[in-house]
Amino acid sequence: MAAVLYPIIDYILPPKVPEAAQSRVVAAKKGDLAPNTGRVFKFGSKPGILILTPQGEFRAFSATCTHLACTVQYRPDLGQIWCACHNGHYDLTGRNIAGPPPRPLERYQVDLRGGDIVVSKG
Amino acid sequence: MRNFRKILYVWLEERVPLQDIGHFFAKKRVPQHLHTLWYYLGGITLFLFCIQVVTGILLLLYYRPTAEGAFESVQFIMTQVRFGWLIRSIHSWCANLLILSAFVHMFSAFLMKAYRKPRELTWITGFFLLVLAMGFGFSGYLLPWNELAFFATRVGTDIAGVIPFAGKFLLTFLRGGDDVTGATLTRFFGFHVAVLPVLAMTFLALHLILIQIQGMSVPPSIEKSPKRKPDMPFFPNFVLRDIIGWLLALFLLTAMASLFPWELGRKADPFASAPVGIKPEWYFMFMFQTLKYIPSKILFLEGEVVGIFAFGLGAFLGLLIPFLDRRSARGEKSRLFTAIGIAVIAYIVVFTLLAVFVKAT
Repeated sequence: MAAVLYPIIDYILPPKVPEAAQSRVVAAKKGDLAPNTGRVFKFGSKPGILILTPQGEFRAFSATCTHLACTVQYRPDLGQIWCACHNGHYDLTGRNIAGPPPRPLERYQVDLRGGDIVVSKG
Repeated sequence: MRNFRKILYVWLEERVPLQDIGHFFAKKRVPQHLHTLWYYLGGITLFLFCIQVVTGILLLLYYRPTAEGAFESVQFIMTQVRFGWLIRSIHSWCANLLILSAFVHMFSAFLMKAYRKPRELTWITGFFLLVLAMGFGFSGYLLPWNELAFFATRVGTDIAGVIPFAGKFLLTFLRGGDDVTGATLTRFFGFHVAVLPVLAMTFLALHLILIQIQGMSVPPSIEKSPKRKPDMPFFPNFVLRDIIGWLLALFLLTAMASLFPWELGRKADPFASAPVGIKPEWYFMFMFQTLKYIPSKILFLEGEVVGIFAFGLGAFLGLLIPFLDRRSARGEKSRLFTAIGIAVIAYIVVFTLLAVFVKAT
């Protein structure tokens, strides 16, 4: 019985695709974002969010909501990061401030290299 | 022609007991009372399921189950294939009507205490059929590979991942990986057209066989009443009335599909934000709305876990109703369970309406 079931169970679990550990990416070019706007960018296979605050500072976070993994967005009207799925709110330090998200967004490091905005995992 | 039919009948009768089957159906009777109208819902649900099978097979002829081709193939069906828009819209509308019909059928059976002895297995198989119908809805929803479906699937499978111990296994099994990708789409397609239909046919066969063997349940208050009307013959009386119900359902379905064709939306983009106003299909709305009200942490547990556990427990208790309602099992009045049923219906209706009408932010 086990000899029949084991291969079947092993088959239905998908093979692990080795992910190239992406630790750094060029998220955008300087001038791509206006103050008080944000955009989602690719960080390996996951989404990240890059924000240019009204004060002119670049900040980057994981864009995967810590509640149920929807992709968040920047709300210029609120000056907050917001998840449309269940109305989760995060402030500009990534801290979960309202709604169901249980943890803050992972914060990334942002460096300006020439005209490139480079985001890396801290 | 008549001669041919007679020859065919005689040929079959020598191999299959047609006369016995005929006698069985000729003797079948359906109770007539105040609540007989609810008896039609099971048949209507079955009829809608048959429409799903037919329209589903038709869609299969053009649909491509890959991330690269799914959206485009549905777009092709909606815009290029003759009556493709109608077939697809019927399939989408019928899915919703089917689940509505299944819920109403279940709650009417509940309030009439049809689950009491000896029909416990009919209730259990029916409960599994409802769960399978929602599984069909969940898996089918992803297949057009549009924005709404992508995020709805991500949220739904994430919820599965929250279950203690088995959650990670379940999430990976459902998604075909760590995230919702083309692998998820292919897998959901397999569930939707192969796995779930086989399970549904099995439980449906059991459900229908049990009903044939045991006949229709009569509510306890009417069962004991001395002034009962005589039962009506199943064939042709009930069948003809049944057909009227099916035609009404078909009329409603084709009207909705023609006047409100199902939208296609935008192709899924894993790197786009979840769209504003995103929400699940109405039959998941009450759960969606409830989760919004649960705080992110309850004592040391994440709010999600408590919510999912509560729903799971509720469903488990629902499954076991025939064994929990001891009074109905003894043929006595069971006001507590009637009250529970009405409370659950009210909760589902109120929270569904809240989800539809209350704005997100």
